[in-house]
Amino acid sequence: MITVIKIAIIGFGVIGRGVAEVLLEKKEEIQNRIGEYSIVAVCEKDGVAYNPDGLGWEVLKMKGGDFSEGSTVDIIETAEFDVAIEVTPTDIKKGEPGLTHISECLEKGSHVITSNKGPLVVAYSKLQELAERNEVQLMFEATVGGGMPLIKLVRNDLAGNEIDSIRGILNGTCNYILSRMESEKLTYNQVLTEAKELGIAEADPTYDVEGIDSAAKVVIIANALLNMDITYDDVEIEGITAITPEAFEVAMERDYTIRLIGEVSRETGSLKVSPRLISTHHPLAVTGTLNAVQIRTDLAKDIVVIGRGAGQKETSSAIISDLIEIFRK
Amino acid sequence: MAIVSIVVELKDQPGQLLRALEPISRYGGNILGILHQREKMTPLKIIPVEISIKIDENRVEDMINAIKENGVNVRSYNEIRLVATTSALLVGHIIHTDLSDTVRKIDKTGYAEVIDMHINMPQLNEPSTAMITISATGKEKLQDAMKLLNEVCRNKDILVIEPLNEEY
Repeated sequence: MITVIKIAIIGFGVIGRGVAEVLLEKKEEIQNRIGEYSIVAVCEKDGVAYNPDGLGWEVLKMKGGDFSEGSTVDIIETAEFDVAIEVTPTDIKKGEPGLTHISECLEKGSHVITSNKGPLVVAYSKLQELAERNEVQLMFEATVGGGMPLIKLVRNDLAGNEIDSIRGILNGTCNYILSRMESEKLTYNQVLTEAKELGIAEADPTYDVEGIDSAAKVVIIANALLNMDITYDDVEIEGITAITPEAFEVAMERDYTIRLIGEVSRETGSLKVSPRLISTHHPLAVTGTLNAVQIRTDLAKDIVVIGRGAGQKETSSAIISDLIEIFRK
Repeated sequence: MAIVSIVVELKDQPGQLLRALEPISRYGGNILGILHQREKMTPLKIIPVEISIKIDENRVEDMINAIKENGVNVRSYNEIRLVATTSALLVGHIIHTDLSDTVRKIDKTGYAEVIDMHINMPQLNEPSTAMITISATGKEKLQDAMKLLNEVCRNKDILVIEPLNEEY
């Protein structure tokens, strides 16, 4: 029986700090649901902070030099914690460093909550087996759709349904670019420049605009929610860079617009990310940086969820809900 | 809707074609193509002319009868019932890469036809856009036609934006 839940945060960038802040700020509400907890370790590239009695607000102010020397792997091996929140940057080719972190945490019997797509894309079934063998849970709501509920929605609330297909807008950057091209009749490059200025697109936007990020999410959805066993290479990928303002013009004449859609369908066997024509009245025709997903099931039929796909607080929402799911009293 | 291909026999004289076409328009048929098979002209100077028509499938018989009543010999006709239709956007150098070849590849399947096309060309040498509508004899055939379209366009570096609706 755990008396105080000990939490380790691995990766202390925007997301890691966001989660720590929510854990400190909403401590009372969360403790009402799961019991007492404390953050015992924070791991960064530059070093670590560890206190078995718990770290407080001071941890949020820590920068590079404030951390003590030590590696994340040392903390995972030596420190005592019940759940690791793994939020290091994603590498969808090798899955590292997250893959090593998650494997070692599960191996030592710690639950893992992650927002990191890479390890799941590379080794989903292996990690799930590892979790089962060690009788712990691997939770990853934050990997798909950020603050928009999807993983637990399907697993818990749609339990008993057969999932026929899941498809939708899985990347807010692409959706911003496409919906601005639609409304302002601007070129792809004009909107991309604007999106970079607003911090919506990265300096190197390849990962988003080429459909790579969406494809990684398609892999997670297929494996985790449709019980498939697929890899990144199984997904057909087409990005949004070739889309012109005239394409929107022609589409709009028939009341269509264009969105980048990730699709997993059992019926058609389709596993793809591609720009698609959709009716402007379709629930997936959302604008701005929103994400939207349509889940097609045998019993409940169609369910649509719309929400914010990225952001510090939004991602924290998904991580905190995973934490509550694991330790719910 | 159906696509009907009729072969009529016309004398090589002015005004002949009109006698075949008038009933088609009277029955609301949309003429997709007319092909004079001059190389098949008979010794009596009769030319087989193939006319492709898109028409309400319930009016095919009446239209054929009306053509016959106009004094035109209908050598043969065959009908493709098109029950599934979808549209897709093509973006790229559609014209430079021989649009008619792309359309012909679909039409040659025998089970699918390009029934409508709307092209937007912004400037010379800039990518253009076409909304292409394809009908086929069934859902599966339509999927096959879309696969073929994707294949042809991939080779020509044209982006195909397919619809999301599953009413394939």
